[in-house]
Amino acid sequence: MGIFNYQFDWSVLWQEPYGRLMIKGILTTLHLSVLAWILAVIIGILIAMLRVAPRGSARFLGTGYVQIFRNTPLLVQLFFWYYAAPLLLPQTVQEWMYDNIPNYAYWAGVVGLGAYTASRVAEQFRAGFLAIPPDQYRAAYATGLTPFQTYRYVIIPFAFRVILPAFTTEFLTCFKNSALAMTIGVMETTHTAYYIDSFTWHGLETTTAASLVYLSIAIIIGVSMSALEKRLHIPGMIVRGS
Amino acid sequence: MDLSVIFKNAPFMLGGLILSFQLAAITIIAGLILGIVLASARLSSKSVFYYPATIYIHFFRGLPLILVIFWLYFLAPVILGTSVNEFTAAALAFVVFEAAYFAEIVRSGIQAVPFGQVMAAHSTGLSPLQTARFVVIPQALRNMVPALVTQSVVVFQDTSLGYVIGLREFLRRVNLTDAREARSVELYLFAGLVYFSICSLGSRASRRLEKRRFEAD
Repeated sequence: MGIFNYQFDWSVLWQEPYGRLMIKGILTTLHLSVLAWILAVIIGILIAMLRVAPRGSARFLGTGYVQIFRNTPLLVQLFFWYYAAPLLLPQTVQEWMYDNIPNYAYWAGVVGLGAYTASRVAEQFRAGFLAIPPDQYRAAYATGLTPFQTYRYVIIPFAFRVILPAFTTEFLTCFKNSALAMTIGVMETTHTAYYIDSFTWHGLETTTAASLVYLSIAIIIGVSMSALEKRLHIPGMIVRGS
Repeated sequence: MDLSVIFKNAPFMLGGLILSFQLAAITIIAGLILGIVLASARLSSKSVFYYPATIYIHFFRGLPLILVIFWLYFLAPVILGTSVNEFTAAALAFVVFEAAYFAEIVRSGIQAVPFGQVMAAHSTGLSPLQTARFVVIPQALRNMVPALVTQSVVVFQDTSLGYVIGLREFLRRVNLTDAREARSVELYLFAGLVYFSICSLGSRASRRLEKRRFEAD
């Protein structure tokens, strides 16, 4: 069995400069997924509002967005944002981007991951909006609130708490999906683990460590979110773990 | 827009699509079998079965697929003592990873069958095996088929990740074509359209099955 002949060398995890690279990779994973998530929530709310709108053309737009982004692989979408999207812009804008956005891959990753995650978040928000009794909308309109105010003060605060558990799952999916940004050259955790292998031939140790990093972060987020869910729960509704 | 680039390279790219389909088929069949084993272990009252299966499922559901691919790509030669080709490595990673997702679908399908059904089956004198064969499984299957179809669509999309270890599946070939022709807009829109057409067929089938299930109840 080969496993006994393999010389493990865990020191690649903290040796100079690999240890520093790993930490940088983990930080990149974190801020990449948080930025993508913020974008996803903003786009997701708008798409969900279109999906439940009374006007047919609005619903069509919202449904189209969700269908397109959910039925193509995220990897194709990232390649599109990275390779193809800049070519669709005017020449002058392309040149400006080339000069002024040195880490374009990172921003393509944020936009690509955000736009994709938005299609999933939108479905969660839609479920949340539909879970609210229609009387809430009618009552809000009857008191003279505009549609924007209705969403801002009545619907979203309520819907948000209803879908918080699903939100945790979606954020963790977004967090895991951020590893795909390596394919366009972003130096996040997975890419760093692979990159160190090309210098040391000890990819088994680095990918094992990266797995533990993803798992620990996922556990920390999971535990703190269920604490938050318990604090924010709406009286009379079922909470996870109660 | 210059669409001729797509027609000129279509045989090359579609050759990769066949590979993607093969990989997806292997993953769905083997992943489902492993998933059923895991789900049975997770529903078992014996802790020797329950804990390993539960840990396995949580472990792989907590990791990005792309990392699992690399990890097994590095681990497989160490365990097997020889190097493995990209297709084997990718298939291995997909089966091991997707089985965790299939297992949860199978488990929730089985758990959605009311326990009263099992008790009623026992009281009519059916053996545990007969109960599973004639009462639980037929109903559980109907519960889980829509989710299994959705997951199969996800598996098909995920095959594009074989790209990272150099597997020449559809997306890799589109990427190689782009490297030669420098026609990113046309080629990636084409790739998106191909995946979209195949996956929306799957999604639609899943929705129809779901609807039929509700009407049957």
